Amino acid sequence: MGTMKRQRSDKAFNFTPFDLLTEEIVFIILDFLDENPLDRKSFSLVCKTFYTIESRHRRTLKPLRSEHLTTILSRYPQVTSLDLSLCPRITDSSLNVISHVYKSNLKSVDLSRSKFFSHVGISNLAMNCTNLVELDLSNATEIRDSAMAAIAEAKNLEKLWLARCKSITDIGIGCIAVGCRKLRLISLKWCLGVGDLGAGLIAVKCNDIRSFDLSYLPITNKCLPPILKLQHLEDLVLEGCFGIDDNSLTVLKQGCKSLKALDMSSCQNVSHVGLSSLTSGSGCLQQLILAYGSPVTLALADSLQNLSTLQSIKLDGCQVTCSGLKAIGNWCVSLRELSLSKCLGVSDEGLSTLVTKHKDLRKLDITCCRKITHVSIAHITNSCTSLASLKMESCILVPREAFVLIGQRCLLLEELDLTDNEIDDEGLKSISRCSKLSTLKLGICLNITEEGLSHVGLCCTKLVELDLYRSVGISDVGILAIARGCPGLEIINVAYCGKVTDHSLMSLAKCPRLNTLEIRGCPLVTSLGLTAIAVGCKQLSKLDIKKCYNINDAGMIPLAHFAQNLRQINLSYSSVTDVGLLSLASISCLQSMTILHLKGLTPSGLVAALLACGGLTKVKLQACFKSMLPQPLFEHLEARGCVFQWRDKAFQAEVDPKCWKLQLEDVQ
Amino acid sequence: MDLNDKIVADTWAKSFSSAKDLPKQLTSDHRSFTSFNNQQQQKKWEVSSILDYNNRIQPPFPEFNHTPEAPRNHNSQIKGPDREDMQSNEKPDNKRFQEWDPRVMLNNLSFLEDKIHQLQDLVHLIVGRRGRVLGQSDELATQQQQLITADLTSIIVQLISTAGSLLPSIKHTLSTANPAIGQLGQLGSMLFPPTNSLNGVVLQQNSGGSKVSGQSNQIDLTVNCGTEQNYAAEEHDPKDDDDDADEGENLAPGSYEILQLEKEEILAPHTHFCMICGKGFKRDANLRMHMRGHGDEYKTPAALAKPNKDSSEPMLLKRYSCPYAGCKRNKDHKKFQPLKTILCVKNHYKRTHCDKSYTCSRCNTKKFSVIADLKTHEKHCGRDKWLCSCGTTFSRKDKLFGHIALFQGHTPALPLDETKPSSLPSDRTENNESKLGNIGFNFSASGSGGNAIQNMVDVKGAVDDPAAYFSPLNFDPCNIPGFHEFPRPTFEESDGFFSFPIPGACNYNQKTGGDSGSNDLE
Repeated sequence: MGTMKRQRSDKAFNFTPFDLLTEEIVFIILDFLDENPLDRKSFSLVCKTFYTIESRHRRTLKPLRSEHLTTILSRYPQVTSLDLSLCPRITDSSLNVISHVYKSNLKSVDLSRSKFFSHVGISNLAMNCTNLVELDLSNATEIRDSAMAAIAEAKNLEKLWLARCKSITDIGIGCIAVGCRKLRLISLKWCLGVGDLGAGLIAVKCNDIRSFDLSYLPITNKCLPPILKLQHLEDLVLEGCFGIDDNSLTVLKQGCKSLKALDMSSCQNVSHVGLSSLTSGSGCLQQLILAYGSPVTLALADSLQNLSTLQSIKLDGCQVTCSGLKAIGNWCVSLRELSLSKCLGVSDEGLSTLVTKHKDLRKLDITCCRKITHVSIAHITNSCTSLASLKMESCILVPREAFVLIGQRCLLLEELDLTDNEIDDEGLKSISRCSKLSTLKLGICLNITEEGLSHVGLCCTKLVELDLYRSVGISDVGILAIARGCPGLEIINVAYCGKVTDHSLMSLAKCPRLNTLEIRGCPLVTSLGLTAIAVGCKQLSKLDIKKCYNINDAGMIPLAHFAQNLRQINLSYSSVTDVGLLSLASISCLQSMTILHLKGLTPSGLVAALLACGGLTKVKLQACFKSMLPQPLFEHLEARGCVFQWRDKAFQAEVDPKCWKLQLEDVQ
Repeated sequence: MDLNDKIVADTWAKSFSSAKDLPKQLTSDHRSFTSFNNQQQQKKWEVSSILDYNNRIQPPFPEFNHTPEAPRNHNSQIKGPDREDMQSNEKPDNKRFQEWDPRVMLNNLSFLEDKIHQLQDLVHLIVGRRGRVLGQSDELATQQQQLITADLTSIIVQLISTAGSLLPSIKHTLSTANPAIGQLGQLGSMLFPPTNSLNGVVLQQNSGGSKVSGQSNQIDLTVNCGTEQNYAAEEHDPKDDDDDADEGENLAPGSYEILQLEKEEILAPHTHFCMICGKGFKRDANLRMHMRGHGDEYKTPAALAKPNKDSSEPMLLKRYSCPYAGCKRNKDHKKFQPLKTILCVKNHYKRTHCDKSYTCSRCNTKKFSVIADLKTHEKHCGRDKWLCSCGTTFSRKDKLFGHIALFQGHTPALPLDETKPSSLPSDRTENNESKLGNIGFNFSASGSGGNAIQNMVDVKGAVDDPAAYFSPLNFDPCNIPGFHEFPRPTFEESDGFFSFPIPGACNYNQKTGGDSGSNDLE
């Protein structure tokens, strides 16, 4: 720092190359630093000039705490988009400060997880930030129609999320409909107080609506005519609208011409009859989601065959008949995306016919289609060679040989979910040929070992996410190969892989982008390994060390020192004590802690840690602490924005991994 | 009426086995005396005309000499002997009239019969009580007297309301709710003294009306109430209730006959007039009933039957035109739409071209020109909880939303309890400016304070000069020109109710004051 200061003061004499560049050019350079927020932070810390340039360049801000809001806001005057979802406490005064600092500069505000504000703050925001275009108020369960009336003053609002605002009613929505005429997107998901009148009025007044989410609203067919008349409507979500039924859908006759995506999931009262009338006029429908709806029969498939532009259909959780699948196969369109996750009745015959016709499939989800065998896999791999995503968790009848086919034919795979399958090292070796693979899920694959994983590590260099949950055959060698071969790894789960030791962690510490590490139930891992991770993986934000009995305070102290981006930690059953917990308080980002069955934890230590961690939003605690600690303490913490979850589970000893699988099967 | 009839019949069936022995004609007449007496007490009638009538009436109905006693008795303690006297008078009459009994009238008359017995029984009751309470204090006696009189009153009211069709003259006077109409009626009866009109006798009774104590007021009230009900019931004949109901009727231009009544005719209370005496009636049936008094030739079943039934030829359809030039219902209008019935004409004319003289007593804002409309409104008044920013209230939410969907710039208004924090001063009468200041301050100050409640408490003290409490970022809303462009006048009218839009207006101006460039008010 000293040298930097000197550089600045001697600027007139000491020529620096950055002085040649105009601010605009530096801005453009900074534009390329978008990938990792920490890079910008480093940049701004170089010198005062960089600091000012960076603060003037920044357009989006996602503060962690609201305490220093005034300072942060004055540092970044050009911010247009403000994400407050990480701030545990946003009060009316915070919003007031924001609205007065940014005024008409501000375009987007996210309050989706904020609490403690009321219509007064919203009103300030709407009044002062006249150019506000996006506002996310999801989960503001307490706000009422008065807040909606305040939002209605934001005349330029285009996107508004109100998911789970349970206390608002038609009246409030009516205010918005009249006030925010430029709305393009509105989400009213779970706004249980809003009915036909509110939804209908939005459609009547806001003619620019592109995206309309009405999930789980108590609406009926009455509001549909104005909605379907919307000229530009592209995305309509009617998930779980039980009030909509066939009878009146058939009366509607006309569909919406501009509609591109329709979600009718969980609409139990809508069958193919109503669906066909709803989609009849929709000439450019591309995506259709009918999850958990009426059975996929021949009639349903036939009723949809006229959708000439359909690219994606999701039928998750539906009862599926063979003839229905075959009929989908006979559609003249070529689907890009098909989801049959958890569908009952998916057979080899139906699925094989379907996939042989839709050769262009990019995404296929056959999770939990328990009847399919190697026949289906053979057909899928044979015809759909351009598959980019294949999810086939728990296809238990698929034999290990079938997985070889995947690696042989579907070389473009980027996402592969083989959780709970019979795949073995041979299959894994084959799959390693898919060099574009970025997400690989191999949880509960008991047949794989480090041998197969080594192949993946060698070839799949683009791997970002790897899930090895309870794949007990894995040991350090496999992890080492992965860590060495996949430098871009961000997420790894080796939970309950009992053979994993500190060596694995030390090798993973070489993956600088690692942000999520789950080593739950790895008893061989010690504080040493965790220290290596803390030092190496600066971006670590989620850490689960539950049941790592050998991790103690010695691991916590370096973690607290180095892992300054840690947000979420699970310490249950570890050997951490008061000291370790208290040291975590130095991580200012820390928001969520799960602290169950810590033997070395005393009530006073817990209190100290809780008070010291100022940014906590969620803490899971043993229920016994509730009575041990004074109630005002919890009230104080809750007022800071922390939510407590009390657990009263008895101490669980770890069972044998193989035994666990057997137990699981018994339950099934 | 049928229902009433039945109830009465049931109640009195035992005690009046001889019900049919009573004189029909007399019964009705006598009844009307009582009712008239009650009803007219307040009115000041010219004594001369009263006397006039009295003289004329006496010859044809000598028994009326006695009957005036009855109402007076009622006013000042009805006496048993008098009553008995009356009965003895009635009995022979009854026999005299029994032979003559047209079927058409049977129902109505027997009903009235029952009614008179009802009265009779009550008088008996009074007599009995008087005997018993003799030794008691005067106060108790008057109490009982009041009680009985009240009973009597209610019966009279019932009688009046039910006998409306039988006794047109009653209705004629009852409709004096509108003074002009009442005078008209009076005029008519003066010009053409009816032979069977009871007005005269009643009026005579009225001359002694000053004796009547507070009870008479009470009676008056109830009587009025009864008449209004009666009136409303008539106006609300479902067939011709709404004059706009025939909107869709498509009659070929020549297929009907267009009648146009003059304004005076429309506003006149009656449409059917007696050819002989000129007395007016609302219904033809009442006129036919009235005609019997003019001679035996009008008492034949043929004369009493509905005239339409007699005419075998199909009548040309009659449609009506509104006399108001330029009205769509006027026959000269390009898109003329005829009115179906005279009642339609009346309601239409009153609703569209007359002053709305009836004001709702509850809200004091809604006005009507047709009294039935007022009645309908009063049933729902105060229950309209759905509110638009323009001040219109709706009883149903979907109606409000229909209204908002239709009009640009109208917004649903929030109920008071939601917009106004409870700690704010709830004085509705304070002027709007200071209220604006309050709320504006409240918003702006919350930034510095953070504790909303405390701010509100502060505000209480700030009512006098709210502008002084604005932070530098806020501006006095009153001084900003754009402020008055906000659709505020409507809010001013209905004080207090619209606290929701006002903060919006206020804050908006803070903003416009901030950067004068953005002037996008709507």
